[in-house]
Amino acid sequence: MTTRIDTRFAELKKQGRSAFVTFLMAGDPDPATSLEIIKALPKAGADVIEIGMPFTDPMADGPSIQAAGLRALKAGMTLKKTLELVRGFRKDDNATPIVLMGYYNPIYIYGVDKFLVDAKSAGVDGLIIVDLPPEEDEELCLPAMKAGLNFIRLATPTTDDKRLPAVLANTSGFVYYVSITGITGAAAADSSAVSEAVARIKRHTKLPVCVGFGIRTPETARSIASHANGAVVGTALVDALKSSLDAEGRATAKTVNAVAELTASLAQGVRGAQQAAE
Amino acid sequence: MNIAKPNSYRSGPDERGHFGIFGGRFVAETLMPLILDLEKAYTEAKADPAFQAEMDGYLKNYVGRPSPLYFAERLTEHLGGAKIYLKREELNHTGSHKVNNVLGQIMLARRMGKKRIIAETGAGQHGVATATLCARFGLECIVYMGAVDVERQQPNVIRMEMLGATVMPVQSGTRTLKDAMNEALRDWVTNVHNTFYCIGTVAGPHPYPMLVRDFQSIIGNETKAQMQEIEGRLPDSLVACIGGGSNAMGLFHPFLDDPSVEIFGVEAAGHGLTQLHAASIAGGRPGVLHGNRTYLLMDADGQIQDAHSISAGLDYPGIGPEHSWLHEIGRVNYLSATDDEALAAFQLLSKLEGIIPALEPAHAIAKVMELAPKLPKDHLMVVNLSGRGDKDVPQVGDILKGKSK
Repeated sequence: MTTRIDTRFAELKKQGRSAFVTFLMAGDPDPATSLEIIKALPKAGADVIEIGMPFTDPMADGPSIQAAGLRALKAGMTLKKTLELVRGFRKDDNATPIVLMGYYNPIYIYGVDKFLVDAKSAGVDGLIIVDLPPEEDEELCLPAMKAGLNFIRLATPTTDDKRLPAVLANTSGFVYYVSITGITGAAAADSSAVSEAVARIKRHTKLPVCVGFGIRTPETARSIASHANGAVVGTALVDALKSSLDAEGRATAKTVNAVAELTASLAQGVRGAQQAAE
Repeated sequence: MNIAKPNSYRSGPDERGHFGIFGGRFVAETLMPLILDLEKAYTEAKADPAFQAEMDGYLKNYVGRPSPLYFAERLTEHLGGAKIYLKREELNHTGSHKVNNVLGQIMLARRMGKKRIIAETGAGQHGVATATLCARFGLECIVYMGAVDVERQQPNVIRMEMLGATVMPVQSGTRTLKDAMNEALRDWVTNVHNTFYCIGTVAGPHPYPMLVRDFQSIIGNETKAQMQEIEGRLPDSLVACIGGGSNAMGLFHPFLDDPSVEIFGVEAAGHGLTQLHAASIAGGRPGVLHGNRTYLLMDADGQIQDAHSISAGLDYPGIGPEHSWLHEIGRVNYLSATDDEALAAFQLLSKLEGIIPALEPAHAIAKVMELAPKLPKDHLMVVNLSGRGDKDVPQVGDILKGKSK
């Protein structure tokens, strides 16, 4: 079965360029502004959109993304409303892949089967669940694959050659390489180490490999995109959003543009790169 | 609940770290290789007689084990029912049961060649135990502690710093134990190559709930032998307080397959079960947090809720997964005691027995005050006195002063 993610990466391959993948938190700073921001992303150059599902205890995220989640929760965001956000986006855009990223508990409480049906019908294409390693595949990964959603796995610098096949076994859509051992928003990735790691992963899979964690500038994005099939930027966009808010943390007239402008400049960085040779 | 009773309550977890539906390994990929290494190192250590022999030496001469099983005569007379014995874990070096587990984990860390130890702590007892053994073995020690807990547990913060540890106050979330655990996990993800995470309770990803339980089972094993020597038979009931539940699991586990022994775990009911509390079993349901599936306090959307207890050590919205399983399968009865009940028990034990308990086991004593009077005089009850109250003296002093005004 071909998903929007498969289609998008096939198109980009034809064009000979890498994907620019954006991450923002659903409902940050409020559900209505969040929808406007998400809608603005494809025009600004996002090829794939990752949307965070807010969670009170995001153990693998840094302060920026944790604060974004708490802003969203305070504004009344729920998993149900996150799916509505995707549905709202799909009214005008049936091509840009949407990947939900987050932690397992809200999905577990929503009910896995119901979530998969609702997510698919809302227009979600893939899932990245930080705290579900392959050892817990039966929880969500296998049911998601059955439901026609891509389950995108994280590979990290600690995932060695022995472990990679287990990590890749039930991965589809793309592989998300976490370029550092650390939390989101931490130190920048080293470009040559990333290039080596991507090459290593590609020896084990034909899937596209996107790289995230530690990418903040158009220059880093360009350099990473030249070694991988995609560059993921989250914290820098979340920070741009935050700096546009008023003193009470509410959206201002500048908020949507602040994110769109940074997206456009990062996208240019990515588009300036040649895609890594297959 | 219609769950088939197992042949043994002591055989868990299964090879994937599950106790029934509870437990598991819900962690970021970065940590998985290390967790698998830890499991392997523990399996090898268990099979190595030299490991156990070295541990036994430190347990005897450094920790001060065995801890006494003390007949609380005045408390027994006062309550007028069951014969109450206190398992004196508060007499251990560092003042609580925490040292049993930390010793085991630090020995494992040394086997694995890890030089940097991180820990999270609520009341500070686990932090103090970790700082102590890191000092003893010359290891770097970083302790994450919620900023609220840093405030209310000053004596332990000072102790940790004197022992050479770095205490990191955590400002995120509710600034208590839950957030300290999040920060410790973030540190671990970042420094996974050289860092050992010394978890303080029977929770977290497999193999932690199992190995912490094993290291704490010395409490129940000693109790069994001591009761046999004093009374010539098994106790009739066991009572212990539960935050994550490590002192309770340590006492309970060796008795799980003795059907005559009734077992009670006591959660912190805080201001009451309809208000702010930390009773995950009484007021929560199964969910996934901090590497395991277990009973958690959360809202309808699966967001983790704030816990509250007068005792920083019980102030956590979850519980060890094996407890969740023992609850669902009906082997252990889980009760709860409020802040006020714990305070009353704190004062009663201090005045009757000359033992100032920590606020954590004061919750267990509170339920003993309820259970014991209804039981016959030949009923043998063991309460785990998991820690001493030195750390709580300033806090309780302030509360009592405020009340007398």
